[in-house]
Amino acid sequence: MEAGIVSYGAYVPRYRITPAEIGRVWGSDGEAMGQGLNVHRKSVPSPDEDTITISTEALRTALVRGAIDPQQIGAIYVGSESHPYAVKPTATVVAQAVGATPNLTAADFEFACKAGTAAIQTCLGLVGAQMIRYGVAIGTDTSQGAPGDALEYSASAGGAAFVVGRDHVISKVHHTVSYTTDTPDFWRREGQRYPSHSGRFTGEPAYFRHVTECAHRIMEAAGTEPKDYRHVVFHQPNGKFPQRVGKQLGFSDAQMKYGLVTPYIGNTYSGAALLGLANVLDHAAPGERVLVVGYGSGAGSDAFDLETTDELARYDRSFGRPVQWYLDHGVELSYAVYAKYRGKIHMGEA
Amino acid sequence: MSIARFWRETPRRYNLGGSKCTNCGTVYFPPRLVCPECPAHRQSIEKMVPFQLSGDGEVLSYTVVHEPAEGFEMQVPYVLALVKTREGPVLTGQVVDVTPDEVSIGLKVHATFRKLREEGRAGVIHYGYKFAPSEDPEPAAPPRGPAAAVRTEEIGARDRAPA
Repeated sequence: MEAGIVSYGAYVPRYRITPAEIGRVWGSDGEAMGQGLNVHRKSVPSPDEDTITISTEALRTALVRGAIDPQQIGAIYVGSESHPYAVKPTATVVAQAVGATPNLTAADFEFACKAGTAAIQTCLGLVGAQMIRYGVAIGTDTSQGAPGDALEYSASAGGAAFVVGRDHVISKVHHTVSYTTDTPDFWRREGQRYPSHSGRFTGEPAYFRHVTECAHRIMEAAGTEPKDYRHVVFHQPNGKFPQRVGKQLGFSDAQMKYGLVTPYIGNTYSGAALLGLANVLDHAAPGERVLVVGYGSGAGSDAFDLETTDELARYDRSFGRPVQWYLDHGVELSYAVYAKYRGKIHMGEA
Repeated sequence: MSIARFWRETPRRYNLGGSKCTNCGTVYFPPRLVCPECPAHRQSIEKMVPFQLSGDGEVLSYTVVHEPAEGFEMQVPYVLALVKTREGPVLTGQVVDVTPDEVSIGLKVHATFRKLREEGRAGVIHYGYKFAPSEDPEPAAPPRGPAAAVRTEEIGARDRAPA
């Protein structure tokens, strides 16, 4: 039996803020900004939530749904660009919190927004080579944009966990292809609190080139065309880019419907494409083909050609909250409370 | 709390690791080595086994904290509750993802994994269990879309209210 996805779980914090509210503070037309980005609101983590807690919640859901013994997990990789520690792996805390320690390997991945998909590829390799029984790949972020910066209108928090294994596979992985170059579109230097980006440069030479090239390459490898896929998921730094690249590649709105979650929760960075995939799997029926194309600045794309199996019909999706619940619910904050929760207020520490 | 002391608490704080008396079936959290429920305590010796609580329970009683403990300043006012777990033990913990007026005795909750406190900006971060409502107190929003209701939280609305 080949390696594939055997379970998954998602988690998005409870709070939301709208672009209009952010714009109100900075004297700009936030509503227009939100419409331009196709982001209606973004999620905000509580003061007691971070990449470790979100990853743990998502993975606990995945393990219950798949009835997976945590002691059978051989690897946990957490992809994020907002690991709470610079040195001390997120994956160790997550592994301990789900009861997977000590007989496993664990590490943190970082590749801007595509560290989670890179983790899935690593798990596919380890499981496929039969070095481990289950591999866990998590993509989570609680990223921030500098106050007033364009990124502040979309940077949000959330994550999804995927368990890769060989038995009871709910989604086969027919192919995975990557496309990587050195492209300075977005970065954050060591010790810097907020990331920097090169404005319009982040569009064509970065996101669009990598996503398009990677999508073409995987469809070439798989011998498929856009019409062969029931669902498609793109990395979604905002709600506009994935719609545009989808149209350019020849995908319809119906194919993109469930894979696009950013308009309702914002850009969850490493969690973005994976939450889109989780939402697709929440709605999918057995035998449906799914194309996923992630993207991470710096830059690279990972693509996956998936197909759901009959096992999906027997899989218990009722435990935990579906992604749709997080899209429909939330408690809106004022900018002042948002600034307090995100540590943007100087507390005058001694 | 020292790093070593907190680290020793990890099985309890991360995974609700208690113990169960295989002689009479009583569950303990934190774990005990001897069962005080057994008529002759010595009957339970070497019969206590590790037992992980499910994390499901209900609020037995609660209080709203306005004068926070160190590290909880950002969350005031917050709810501290006695939670009677499904397995029996009563745990003290914070109830998150609710406003104080949404908490009531009997509220069904489940354990969630949160940050408990940080040892300053450069120190270690402590994690552990808190509780969150099992059934969402918010009314379901209309179908997805930009107009889907996001409820304005009281504490967040104050600075927007007209003077």
